[in-house]
Amino acid sequence: MNAGLPLAEGAAGRLADVWVYLSATPLLGLTVTLLMYQGAFLLYRRSGFHPLANPVAFSVVGLGLLLWATGTPYATYFEGAQFVHFLLGPATVALAVPLLEQLPRLKRLWLPLLGALVAGTLAATISAIGIGWLLGASKATLASLAPKSVTTPVAMGIAEQIGGLPSLTAVLVVSTGILGAATARYLFDALRITDPAVRGFALGTAAHGIGTARAFQVSEEMGAFAGLAMGLSALFSALVLPAVAGLLLRWV
Amino acid sequence: MIAALATLLVFQLLGEALVRTLGLPVPGPVLGLALLLPVLAWRPPVLAMVRPTAQTLLQHLSLLFVPAGVGVMLHLQRLGDEALAIGVALVLSTWIGLVVAALTMQALMRMTRRSEPDAASSEGRS
Repeated sequence: MNAGLPLAEGAAGRLADVWVYLSATPLLGLTVTLLMYQGAFLLYRRSGFHPLANPVAFSVVGLGLLLWATGTPYATYFEGAQFVHFLLGPATVALAVPLLEQLPRLKRLWLPLLGALVAGTLAATISAIGIGWLLGASKATLASLAPKSVTTPVAMGIAEQIGGLPSLTAVLVVSTGILGAATARYLFDALRITDPAVRGFALGTAAHGIGTARAFQVSEEMGAFAGLAMGLSALFSALVLPAVAGLLLRWV
Repeated sequence: MIAALATLLVFQLLGEALVRTLGLPVPGPVLGLALLLPVLAWRPPVLAMVRPTAQTLLQHLSLLFVPAGVGVMLHLQRLGDEALAIGVALVLSTWIGLVVAALTMQALMRMTRRSEPDAASSEGRS
């Protein structure tokens, strides 16, 4: 709350009062979240939707710096931002729409999709735990890393079940999503994976909602497959990951 | 839009309630999705009503992850202490997940295409 800016004394005093009032209401957290994202999104659009100009990454860094500069605790910020966070629930339910629209292709491709889902999810989880363990991460960190390819609310639930820190998991989930969305194109191009259905489904499996958002910006078809993967992976992970990750964590 | 939002919330609520009552291991919104799916399939008017709002929500999906991402502030200490392990595990496992999922799907698609030649014509462009 350092309102000691070089302004006229009276105005500065009043400004400080206003700041004290506003910083305690949810309005400010919500507004800065939307403004920062809007700004990051304009930047992203101006870059021609370049994968490295990911709007989530820019918003998170911008908001983090803003909170740090104004000395605002995360809990205060979240009182406003929770309204945005809350929409993750209805958005997950809303995935039923693109899922239904891809149902005919889904029926035809069920075996490749199921195989990719199981292999991709298990590979991401087991490699995260294994690499983290080799490099000496603590057990709570490993448990927080394990579900990081799953969409936030599900991942946080899994982390809690296996002894991780849900809020750390949320951060790792978002980082994974940004990384996947930003780098998948280069990886797929290098491996000559060109089918938009495959690219989309892999992105949704490994990089959940942020990967899905990215896929929708590339094409409707890629987005639908990513959304499908995100929904299925949430379901599959919720059912299977606590057991698999729990077993691995017992060994380490 | 209000009706659509209410529908999504009702199904989320149903999902949450069932998960709690039956002690199911899936998250409420995921069960809500599974419950909504047959309703949309059998009732086209419901699908038409929900579609615009669902599309708007999903178009801005990445915004919804921002508040959780800012939570990085709470974990700077741990992230600093274990930066190498967390960073390397995060980057490599994400790439491994992407590549394994994509290659598995591609390989299985080729296999199933070979066994069903009639599917090849519609699937062939890539």
